[in-house]
Amino acid sequence: MRQSPNRPLLAALLTGTIMAGQPALAQDGPIKIGVLEDQSGDFAAATAVKVHAIELATKEINDAGGIDGRPIELVVYDTQSDNRRYQEFMRRVLQQDEVDVVFAGFSSASREAYRPIVNQFDGLAFYNNQYEGGVCDANMIVTGAVPEQQFSTLIPWMMETYGPNVYTLAADYNFGQISAEWVRQIVEENGGTMAGEEFIPLGVSQFSQTIQNIQQSEADFVVTLLVGAAQASYYEQANAADVGLPMASSVNVGQGYEHKRFTPPSLADMYVTTNYIEEIDSPASQDFVERFRAMFPDEPYINQEAANSYIGINLYKQMVERAGSTDHDAIRAVLAEGDVCFDGPSGNVCLDPKSQHMSHTIFLAKVEDDHSITFPETWENIEPYWLGDAGCDLTQNDPSAQYTPSSPPPAP
Amino acid sequence: MEFFTAIFSITYQFGDAFAFLVISCAGLAVIFGMMGVINLAHGEFIMCGAYVTAATARAGLALPIAILCGALAAAAIGMVLERTVMRHLYHRPMDSIIATWGISLIATQGVLILLGPTMQGVGTPLGSMALGDRSYSLYRLVLFAAAVGLLGGLYLLFYHTRFGVIARATIQRPAMARALGVDTRRVYGLTFGLGAGLAGLAGGLYAPTMTMVPTMGATFIVESFVTVVVGGADIFLGAAPAAAILAIIKASLTAWYGQLFGQIGLLVAVIVVIRIMPGGLSAVVKRWQR
Repeated sequence: MRQSPNRPLLAALLTGTIMAGQPALAQDGPIKIGVLEDQSGDFAAATAVKVHAIELATKEINDAGGIDGRPIELVVYDTQSDNRRYQEFMRRVLQQDEVDVVFAGFSSASREAYRPIVNQFDGLAFYNNQYEGGVCDANMIVTGAVPEQQFSTLIPWMMETYGPNVYTLAADYNFGQISAEWVRQIVEENGGTMAGEEFIPLGVSQFSQTIQNIQQSEADFVVTLLVGAAQASYYEQANAADVGLPMASSVNVGQGYEHKRFTPPSLADMYVTTNYIEEIDSPASQDFVERFRAMFPDEPYINQEAANSYIGINLYKQMVERAGSTDHDAIRAVLAEGDVCFDGPSGNVCLDPKSQHMSHTIFLAKVEDDHSITFPETWENIEPYWLGDAGCDLTQNDPSAQYTPSSPPPAP
Repeated sequence: MEFFTAIFSITYQFGDAFAFLVISCAGLAVIFGMMGVINLAHGEFIMCGAYVTAATARAGLALPIAILCGALAAAAIGMVLERTVMRHLYHRPMDSIIATWGISLIATQGVLILLGPTMQGVGTPLGSMALGDRSYSLYRLVLFAAAVGLLGGLYLLFYHTRFGVIARATIQRPAMARALGVDTRRVYGLTFGLGAGLAGLAGGLYAPTMTMVPTMGATFIVESFVTVVVGGADIFLGAAPAAAILAIIKASLTAWYGQLFGQIGLLVAVIVVIRIMPGGLSAVVKRWQR
């Protein structure tokens, strides 16, 4: 084939087009925020509310004059609980829609599906979900709670209250595996023993044998890290078989409001650490719930991800206004100052410059027999310390990797 | 006593796995075995049965009647779909797979749009019983009894009623059956309705033990297809013994190594069966009978 003499010219032209498309250069007009959340599929019950929270924050900000005078424009796609959709839509919002920032993802599998694309196009994404922790990536800002915040509070409290023998039941994918690793480590550090551990493939809905394995063990309580609607059948079945052990969880209630959806008393005696749920009794929380229901009267439940998404938009507003631009480097320079905080529905929260994760007030929610919620304990201002302590420092370098306790960042 | 509780525990787990396999595959086996149609909307008939059961039970009907309502609703929808869609595709098996798959997507997303991502369930009835240091859900024993009753009922229906004789005649020699005055189109319609109704019954029976979501049918799919593939075209000579064998594999592997290996065991069993006896158990049994 003949080489086209125009090829270098063409390449230069293309580069120019791509450069001109950089969102950072567009300083006028609306600020575009991409929203990729599951509004259908297996996760929709927990995630449809996140879109509403983002719409609420957007409306409030736009009514008050926007971000630095520029209105927010949302670009919303339904990712259908399908990891391939995340990749497809992430490319679309970054390349075609040229958004300034993306709010995306529920499951850890979906986050890991889209994260390389955010890195490839040097985008900026907010992940507003509690997860297994360890993402050290300058292109990501994480507002959800992480294991050191949820488990370092929950597990010692449970062991002190119910006993040192722990049985873990976890969904068999990255979230469940890494969370179980955290539980194992914290149980060991506190002098307990693992009475058992079982990983359940996603989509499994029959738990008879698992229930018997738990009954045969010496467990004092069960840590349930089950994910998705199918696995949630465990609670009903465990209750029908009268297992009678207290449960500890970082995922239930705070995300899928199982205490509202399931028939009492299947979740009785479950303890959950969460950074927000609508039952929290503070004036800020009540005010948030009121504004939320005023805009979305039929909202079934306002969960922690809704609060985190709402907080995320407000943190982004603050950073853009302080940076005077939507340029990612300018925003991260503001973040690096270490005082990006927001006093929202869940109390005061701050972004940690080293890991770009967020501090939280952690509430211990207990599900009672009638599925009402009480809060036996609250821990204020729990830092996302692990990544920073382990050696992740995004103000210095950007490994764009996910670490776990058994594979921490390499020593410098 | 220790020995007795251990035996009971093993039997209970086997019975539980057996019940799940038989109940979830019955509808699929009838439609595939009698009509040769691979029904990819099987899970959605199950979901339909479960939703109707939960809705009617919460409206105040007794649970057994609610379950019956679920089965009848699924059967009615099945017969309507047979009349409007499936009837035109009997000689086009590939097209019927695509059509039922389309129906399944429409049903899942339609329910999601109309009824939202989740629906409140009905709690598991009957409570539990304790034996030794373990306790068991009594409803699970009901499910096992239902599975055995289901097989018995289907046997009576196909081998000891007029409908059964006509249905089997229609399936084996449609031209001859027509020549003898059998309205074969009506028989196909009723058989498809029966299969859909059995799927609805599965949904109704398991509705009290599960989370009600539009995608719930998918959790039955692997088990039901595995059982039908291993069993082959005949529900009595194939699906029932296949369910028993698979239940032993699944229950024992799950007991020793956990859920993951239970699932792996099921899938390995299918691969082995497809490789060495492509017609499934029923083909082997039939050849041996001759």
